[in-house]
This record gives sequence, C-alpha cells and structure tokens, in this order.
Amino acid sequence: MIEFRNIHKTYDNGVQALNGINLKINKGEFVFLVGPSGAGKSTFIKLLLKEEEPSDGCILVDNEDITRFSRRKVPYLRRKISVVFQDFRLLEEKTLYENVAFAMQVVGASPKDIRRQVPMVLGMVGLSDRAKQYPHQLSGGEKQRVSIARAIVNRPIILIADEPTGNLDPETAWEVMKVLRHISRRGTTILMATHAKDIVDVMQQRVVALEKGRIVRDAQRGIYGYET
Amino acid sequence: MKLRSFQYILQQSFKGIWRNRGMSVASISSVAASLTILGLMMVLVLNMSHLAGLAQTQFDSVQVYLENDLTPEAIESLGQDMTAITGVSYVLYESKESALAKMKDRWGTQGYLLDTLEENPLPNSYIVHVSHINVSDRVVSELNTLPGVDEVKYYRDIIDNLIRMAGLIRSVGLAVIVILIMIATFIISNTIKLTINARKREINIMKYVGATNWFVRWPFLIEGTLLGFIGAAIALGLVYMGYQSIFDMIATRFFVIFSAYLLTVEEMMRRTMVMFAVLGAGVGALGSIISLRRFLEV
Repeated sequence: MIEFRNIHKTYDNGVQALNGINLKINKGEFVFLVGPSGAGKSTFIKLLLKEEEPSDGCILVDNEDITRFSRRKVPYLRRKISVVFQDFRLLEEKTLYENVAFAMQVVGASPKDIRRQVPMVLGMVGLSDRAKQYPHQLSGGEKQRVSIARAIVNRPIILIADEPTGNLDPETAWEVMKVLRHISRRGTTILMATHAKDIVDVMQQRVVALEKGRIVRDAQRGIYGYET
Repeated sequence: MKLRSFQYILQQSFKGIWRNRGMSVASISSVAASLTILGLMMVLVLNMSHLAGLAQTQFDSVQVYLENDLTPEAIESLGQDMTAITGVSYVLYESKESALAKMKDRWGTQGYLLDTLEENPLPNSYIVHVSHINVSDRVVSELNTLPGVDEVKYYRDIIDNLIRMAGLIRSVGLAVIVILIMIATFIISNTIKLTINARKREINIMKYVGATNWFVRWPFLIEGTLLGFIGAAIALGLVYMGYQSIFDMIATRFFVIFSAYLLTVEEMMRRTMVMFAVLGAGVGALGSIISLRRFLEV
C-alpha cells in the first residue's frame, strides 16, 4: 500500500530530516509513528502528502511512484490519502453536516451521494444527533471526530493522523482512538504520528520509531518505548 | 467541468463580491471611471476621424481663381494644361457670371442685394477635381506655377488639422487610459487578495481533501472578471446616455445639418460595446491572476 524506498530528505537549509528510510505498510494496517521531536515524523508525512519532495529515493502509494506525479495529479493523490490534524481545522461558520459535506462538494460529488454519505460517516464517528450544531458547540474530542468524518467521507485508502490527540484530555482522546480503530477495521490503512505513550502502549499495534531521520525500531504489537 | 461544480464556483464568486462589498464597489467604480474616460475619448476621436473621412470625399476639389484679363482662348488652354497634371481627374469651368448667379441663389431672398453691384467682383475660376486627397498638395503647387492663375483655394488645412488633433487626443488619451487601467487592475487585485485571505482556512482544507487547483482558482478568477464586467457595463451606460444627450442637443439646438456629420448613437455603441466588455473583463481577470499567483499557493 505504502512503500518508502531509500528515502533521503535534506532541506535547503542543510537540515537532514530523513536519512535512508525503507518501510513497507500493508493495506489495512494500523501504524504508530513515534520518536522525539525533530526525528523526522513531520517530514515523513509531508512526503506522503507530496507537500515536500524527497532528495533521493521513491515512494510508492497503491503501486504508483508518487514522486513522479506532476503537480496536476496531486489533488487526486489527496483523495486517496486523507489527513487529520492536531488543530481539527473545521470551518466555524458551517454546521457539522456542512463541514463534512464541504469535502464532498469540492471534489464534485453529486448531491445524492452527499446526502447518503455524510449521515453515514457522522454515524460512524458517533455524532449523528449533532449534525446541525456548529463547531464552537463541541468539545475537542467531538471536533476531532468531525474532522475524521470529513477525512474519510471521500473513502480514502489511507488515513494519516498527525498528533490527533495532541490537544485532547486522556478521556476524549480515547473516544477518538475508538473511532480510528473502527475505521481501521473496515480496511482503511492508518498511519498515526503521536507522542501519546499510554495510547500506543494500550493499542498494541505496529510501532515505527524514528530518530535522527532513521528508523531505529519497527515492532508489531509494539510499545511507545520513550519516557514521557 | 460538472454543472454542479460550476454552480458552486459561481456561488462562491458572488459570495466573494458580497463579502468585500466596499472593495467591490471601489473596483467596479475604478473600471467604470477608466472606461467612461476611454469612451469620452473615443467619442471625440471617432467623430473627428469620421469627419475627416467625410471631408476627404466632399472636399476633393480645388478652386482655382483666374486673373481677370485673360482671353477666352487663354482660359481654354489653361483648362487643358490643368487637366494634363497627373492626379487631376477632371476640371469644370465656372465663369464669373455663373459664379454670381450661384451666389444669388445661395443668398436666397437677400439675393436682390447683389443686383446693386455695378460690376461683377467675382473672378472666373476652374474647379479642379483631384483623384485622391493625398495628391492634392502636389496638384496645388503645380497649379500655382501656371501663368494666369491668381489664387488656389482648397480645404486640405482643415482636414489636416482635424486629423492632427484626433491623433493628439488619441495619444494623450491612451497614456491616461493606460494609467487608469493599471490603477483599476491594482484595485481589483487587492479586492481578490482580501477574498483569498478571508478564505484561507477553506482553501487549506480544500487542498487537503483533494480539490483540483482550478476548482480553487475559478471563484477568484470569476469574481475579478465580474467586477471588471460590471464596471464596463456601467461605463457603457454612462457613455450611451452622455452621447445621446450631446447628439440630441446638437441636432435640436444647433444645426440638424451638423449632426449629420456625427456618428449616430447606435454606431457609436456598436464600436465601443465589444471593446468595453473585453477590456473590463480583461482588467478583472488580470487583477485576479496577479493576486492568485502571489497569494494562492496551490
């Protein structure tokens, strides 16, 4: 599903962010990306979203080398690889329903598809009864669940979660994790960058640890492995 | 593009205009002002060129006054010499008697005043028709060298002045218009910048969920084009009303004759309409593109 082949990334200012990354992630896997700040997690994600280009190596997504994609094809890549952020990025003037529907509108989905798909994903994240509310009426955990609903509404094959629980208290963080696990079980590949030790330790999924731009550990049913 | 995408994009464009009402009004006004001035200039220049064109066809003749003491034979041979000049298509003789008769005719009821003259003061003359206004200068100088020619009268000066003035107005006007259009483009580009800023979050999300670059760009492009287009429509309306009233004023208060030398209102509109629409929309689109390139990273 995702394959990094000998990926190097050196920024223009000389910072070596990634240094020879080889990694394969299979369809439907749930992978935690851990490591200290500055280890290269953000660069890893940016390369996958094609916000940055690798200095060397190639990245395969769904058997296609995305480093060879032209800028024009990037939007179509982003329909396959969806992303949720620590800061939710919801539109405050739109209701939950509209926030999720927006993601479908801008890729040209039919109103019929939108009417069918939006309530379904809102149901998946457990917010069916809040569809008409606005983001400011929601807790952090609920906002993150809306952002997850928006990320999966166009049926991506990979969901990237960049510190999705970073702004949440432990209890609401678990609501979000339950939703992610549910989506994972339905076959979506999930890659989650995180610093949340207790979540990684309890989930018992694959853990890939980055340090100084290299993979230092890759364990099935792994643990966080750093002191917090 | 799918129809519903088009609807969405159009809706966003109008939202953008409404969101920055103040700047939208400023943009529309600047385009309208620039094009109104352009219209004014066109009214002047087009009419002067039109008039010059008319003059060229009507004043393609030169009147040659002859000295008073020529014999009929000398007059006859002078006529042949004139016909021989290259560029002359034909000549007509007008005796002093027929010139006086014509003048009487023209004076109408006051014609009897001419009867009191003891002697006919008008000279014999030839009316020399030239094949083209361009050769008239040369023809006139050759006519002047012929013996027995007293004076040569023609209207080249008036036409030249008209053409020169039209040219001057055109160049000065163009410089002013270029500056005004640059200002209008700048104002529109600023308006679009505001819309882009207001929608930053939305654009960011659109990019992450996979909206195509053109889907993101279109609303801004259409917003700018619409602003320019509305400005052009207002300018066209102003020029139309302005020219209509000038035309009516000249036709009713001055001479009906004179208004025949002006371009009709319909003709004027026909010549300005397409130009205004293209310029207005073009300025708007250009303003948008400038802002899109500078402020929208897609």
